Amino acid sequence: MNNQRSFFFNVDWLTILIYLCLCTIGWFNIHAAVFDETHPQIIDLDTEYGKQFIFIISAVVLGAVILLLDSRFFNGLAPVFYVVTVLLLIAVLVVGRNVGGNQAWIPLGSFRLQPSEFAKFSTCLLLARYLSGVNIRITEPKSFFTAAAIIALPMFLIMMQPDTGSTLVFCSFIFILYREGLSPIFLIAAGLAITLFILALLVNEWYIIGALAAVAGAILFFIRRTPQTVITIVAVLAICIAFIFVIKPLYAHFPSHQKARIDELLGITSDKRGIGYNVNQSKIAIGSGKLWGKGYLEGTQTKYSFVPAQSTDFIFCTIGEEWGFAGSVVVIGLYMFLLMRIIMMAERQRSPFSRVYGYGVASIIFFHVIINIGMTVGLVPVIGIPLPFISYGGSSLWSFTILLFILIKLDSNRLGHIL
Amino acid sequence: MNSFFERRYVITAIFITLALVLLGRLYYIQIMDDRYLLSAKENVLRRTISYPARGAIFDRNGKILVQNVPVYDIMVTPREVKPFDTLEFCKLLSIDKEGFDKRFQKAKKFSPFRQSIFEKQIPVQLYASLQERMSDFPGFEAVPRTVRTYPDSTAAHFLGYIGEVNDKMIEKSGNYYRRGDYVGISGVERAFEDVLRGQRGVTYNMVDSRNVSKGSFSNGEFDTVAVTGERLVSSLDLRIQKLGEKLMTNKVGSIVAIEPSTGEILAFVSSPTYDPNLMTGRERGNNLSKMYKDPYNPMFIRPIQARYPPGSSFKPLDALIALQEGIITPQTTFFCPHYYQAGNHQVKCEHFDGVTDLRKAISQSCNTYFCYVFDKLMNARGVKNIRPALTTWKEQVNKFGFGVKMDIELPFESRGNVPTPLRYDNVFGKNRWRSSSIISLAIGQGELLATPLQMANIEAVMANRGFYYKPHLIKAIGDKNIIKEEYTKRNYVGIDEKYFEPVIDGMQDVVDRGTAAAARIPGIVMCGKTGTVQNPHGKNHSVFVAFAPRDTPKIAIAVIVENAGYGSSWAAPIGSYMIEKYLRDTITKPKAQVQYIVNANLLPPPPGWKPPVRKLTKKDSVKIDSARKSKADTIRKQQELKSAGERKKKDTLNKILAYQPKRKEDE
Repeated sequence: MNNQRSFFFNVDWLTILIYLCLCTIGWFNIHAAVFDETHPQIIDLDTEYGKQFIFIISAVVLGAVILLLDSRFFNGLAPVFYVVTVLLLIAVLVVGRNVGGNQAWIPLGSFRLQPSEFAKFSTCLLLARYLSGVNIRITEPKSFFTAAAIIALPMFLIMMQPDTGSTLVFCSFIFILYREGLSPIFLIAAGLAITLFILALLVNEWYIIGALAAVAGAILFFIRRTPQTVITIVAVLAICIAFIFVIKPLYAHFPSHQKARIDELLGITSDKRGIGYNVNQSKIAIGSGKLWGKGYLEGTQTKYSFVPAQSTDFIFCTIGEEWGFAGSVVVIGLYMFLLMRIIMMAERQRSPFSRVYGYGVASIIFFHVIINIGMTVGLVPVIGIPLPFISYGGSSLWSFTILLFILIKLDSNRLGHIL
Repeated sequence: MNSFFERRYVITAIFITLALVLLGRLYYIQIMDDRYLLSAKENVLRRTISYPARGAIFDRNGKILVQNVPVYDIMVTPREVKPFDTLEFCKLLSIDKEGFDKRFQKAKKFSPFRQSIFEKQIPVQLYASLQERMSDFPGFEAVPRTVRTYPDSTAAHFLGYIGEVNDKMIEKSGNYYRRGDYVGISGVERAFEDVLRGQRGVTYNMVDSRNVSKGSFSNGEFDTVAVTGERLVSSLDLRIQKLGEKLMTNKVGSIVAIEPSTGEILAFVSSPTYDPNLMTGRERGNNLSKMYKDPYNPMFIRPIQARYPPGSSFKPLDALIALQEGIITPQTTFFCPHYYQAGNHQVKCEHFDGVTDLRKAISQSCNTYFCYVFDKLMNARGVKNIRPALTTWKEQVNKFGFGVKMDIELPFESRGNVPTPLRYDNVFGKNRWRSSSIISLAIGQGELLATPLQMANIEAVMANRGFYYKPHLIKAIGDKNIIKEEYTKRNYVGIDEKYFEPVIDGMQDVVDRGTAAAARIPGIVMCGKTGTVQNPHGKNHSVFVAFAPRDTPKIAIAVIVENAGYGSSWAAPIGSYMIEKYLRDTITKPKAQVQYIVNANLLPPPPGWKPPVRKLTKKDSVKIDSARKSKADTIRKQQELKSAGERKKKDTLNKILAYQPKRKEDE
C-alpha cells in the first residue's frame, strides 16, 4: 500500500502540464477570436475570454478535487454517474433551452449546463466498469450487446436533441472495444463503409462495383482458395454491392442541412455565400496564416467575425490564422503527445478498469480533435463539436477536465490496490 | 489478461495517420496555396480613393480658363437597399424605370454588399432636390466629385478635354489608372496630365463581416492624402482669344498669335470651334458624337494640324534666304511683264509691276520677282547642281521651324512639308527636273505646306530679326511658376540681322500702301504680308501674316480663312483687329466694319452638298423618257452620295474611338 506521501510523485505531471498548455492556448485564442478594442483587458467577466478564465480556474479546482478523491469512488459510483446523466439527458429534452435548433442546454443561473458533455465521461466510466468485470468477453454476444447498449442509450437521447456531433462522439468507443478484443472486422467494416459512402456519392456506382469485383478477383487469385475463403470474399463483395445500392436512397432521407454540408464538402455543390460560407471563411482564415501567422490579435478573419462560431467550434481558425502553420503543428503536436501519453498511461495500469477508461479518454479526445480540425480545414463535414480544452465553454472544459483527471487519479494509484 | 496488448500499436498508428492527414491538409492550405491570403485581404480591406481636384488653368492675366465644379456620383450598395419609391427616385435622377433596373442589376452583379457607381455626375441643381430625399433611399449615397467647367467657353482646342480611361490607357500607365478615372484626352489636359491630375489619396479601411468599418489598416501607414493638381498659367490672352473666336464665327480657319520676345502663344483660334462645356457632364457622349458628324470637323486642331500652302506670305522668307546667299541685294531689280516665263509655262503675276526692286516686290507681292530670285538661287551652283541647292534651301527653310515639328505641348502636331529632291525624282524622274519645274515653291505654293503656327512663328522670327523662342502655350507650371528651360533659349535661323531691315521695309509698305492697306491702324507701325492661297478644292484661302509694332514687336500673327478669297479682304482686317485689341485693348475701327466680318458666313458648302435641282414641269419641252432617265440618274447619284457620306462618318467615328486621330504625315 502506498502512503499519501508519494501521492504527488505518482501524479503524471507531464499530462497536467500539457493540459494546462492547451487550456492557456484556448484562453488566449478565445481572447483573440472575440477581441474587441472596447474591452481590451483579458479578464473581463462580460466577455467570453473573461468567462473562460473563470472556467479554467474552476476546472483546475475541479481537477484538484478529483485528485483528492479516493480512486475507488469512480469505479463504485460509475453506475450512479451514468444514471444521473441519462436522467439529465431526458430532463434537457423537457426543460432545456433550445439554442440554434439543439435542445442541449439546461439554464443554471448565468451559465448553461450541457448534459451531453458529461454523458461522455459517465458512459466511459460505466463501460470501463462493465468491461473490467470478471467473465466479460467482448467477443461473446451477450457482453458485446450489453456494452453496445451502454453506449447506445445516451447516443439515442442526444440524437433526440438533436445533436449529431455529440452523438457521433460515442462512435469513437469502437477503439475501446477493439482494444478489449473486438474483432478488427468491425474497424475495417467501419472504414470500408465510410469509403464506400463517399465514393458512392461521387462516382457512378457501376465503376465502384467493377473496382470492388476486380479487387476481390485479385485477392482470390493470390490467396489459397478454400471454399471458406471463396464464400467469405464473395459474401463481403455482395454486402458491399448491396450497401452501395442502399446508400443513395438512404442518403436521400438524411436531414437536408446535413446533406447540404456533405454535398458542399465533397464539392457536389458549391455555395460559398450560403451553406459553404463557414467552411470557406474558416479555410481563408487558416490559409491566410501562412507559415508564421499574422500574430496575436492581428487575425482579421477572426477579429472581424468573418468566421461564425469562432470561439467555440471554429476556434482552430484563430490558431491557424494568428499562429500560422507553425502554431497548427504545435497544437496538433500537443494533442498527439497527450494522446500517446494517455495510451501509455492506459497500458501501464494493472487494473483493466483503468485501462479501458484510459482508452475511452483517448478515443473521445482523438475523435474531437480530428473531427473539429478536419471540419475547419474542409476535410470533414461541419459537425458541431468542440476542440478539447481550447474551445470556449464551461461544460465542455469541465467535462474534458473531469474525463482526463479521473484518468490521472487512477494512474496515480496504479501501484496501489487493484480495483 | 492483457491479451490484446499489441493492439495499442494499431490504435496509435490510426491516431498518428489521421493526425498526419490533418497536418498535410494544413500544409497545403497554409503554405502551398496563396489564394486564401488574397481572399482574406479581399474580405477585410476596403480601399477608398479620394480624388484630388484637377489643376485649374489660367490665362496670362490670371483669368480662369478652366476650373472645377462639384458634381455628385450616386453610389449604391445593393444589400442595403430596402424597398422604396422607385418611381420617385427615378424622377429625381431623371432616369426611367428600365434604366434603373439595368443599373441596379449591374451593381448587384459587381457585388451585392460593396458600393459601386449607380449614376455619374449629377449636377448640383439636380442634387439639391435629391439631397433632402436621400434618407428615404437606404443603400444609396451621394459622393462629391468634380468636373471641369469653362467660364468663358473658350479655347476648346487648346484646353482639350478629359474623359474616362479605356483599358489600353490603364495598361499603358502601368495600372496607375483605374476604371472610371478621368484623364486628359486632348489638348493641354492630355499634354499636362501628369501635372494637372494631382495625386490620388488612398485610405485603407478594415471592415468586419457585416461591412462595418473597423478603423484604418495598420494605423493608416499605407494611407495617402489626395494632393490637388498643379495649376497652369497659360500664355493665352483671353481678350484676343475670345475676339479671334468671335471674328472667325462661321468661317473655317485659324488664328495664331505669338509674343516674339518670349515665344508665348497669345491666341490659338481654331474655327469652327465648340463650347468646351459640352465635353463635361452626363451629355458628353452625345455631344461628342454630334461633333464628329459635323462636316466642318470642329475637333480638328487647325493651328497645329491643318496644313496650308503659305502662298505669298512666304515671299519675305524667299527674300531673306536670297539676301543671305548673296543672290540679290536690296537694290537688285527684275522686270515684271505681268508674268514669269518658266520653261514652257507661265507663272501669272496679278499686276504689271515693271522694273521691280525688293521693297516694291514685297509690297506689291510680285510673283515675277520672286520667281527670278528662286530661279537664281536654285541655279547658283550651275544647272546640274540643283539637287544640293534645293537641299540647302530646304535646310534653311527648316530653320524657321517650317517643315519640322515645333514641339508645341499639344499632341498630334503636324510638321507641315518642305519638299526634298527625292520628292521631285518621284514626280518627274530622277534628275529630270529643273528650277522651272519647281518654280511654284517661289511663291509659296506647290508642295510647300505649313501649319498656321509655323506661319506665325516665321513672323516672330521677322520681328526678332533672326531668331525665335519655341512657341508654347504654358507659361508657368504650379505655384512656383516653373518655366521650362527650353523656352528661354533663342533659336537662330541662320540669317544675318542686317538682311531683315530691307525685307521688313517691304512688309511695312504692304500695310501702309500695299496689298494689306485695309489692315492699317493709325499710330501702329505694322509689318505684314497677305497671301491668297490657290486651293485646288474650292475658293482660294485668305492669308495674312504680320507683326507689330515694327521696332518693339509685341505680337506676331498668322490668320488663315479658308475659301474666303483674297488675303487682303478677310484675313488682313481680322489680323489688324487682333493686333490692335492686343496692343491697345480696344478697336478703333468702326464697329460696323468689325460686325461685318463677324457676321460674314464664309463656310464652304459641306461635302456632298448639291445645289437644289429645279423641279421639272410640263412646260419643259423635254421628252418624257429623257426626263425619267435623268430623274433616275439623280436618285442613283443621291444614294451614292448618301452612302459615301455615311461611310465617311463611320470612319471618322472609328478614328475618334481610338483616341488617336491619325494625321497625314509628310508625303
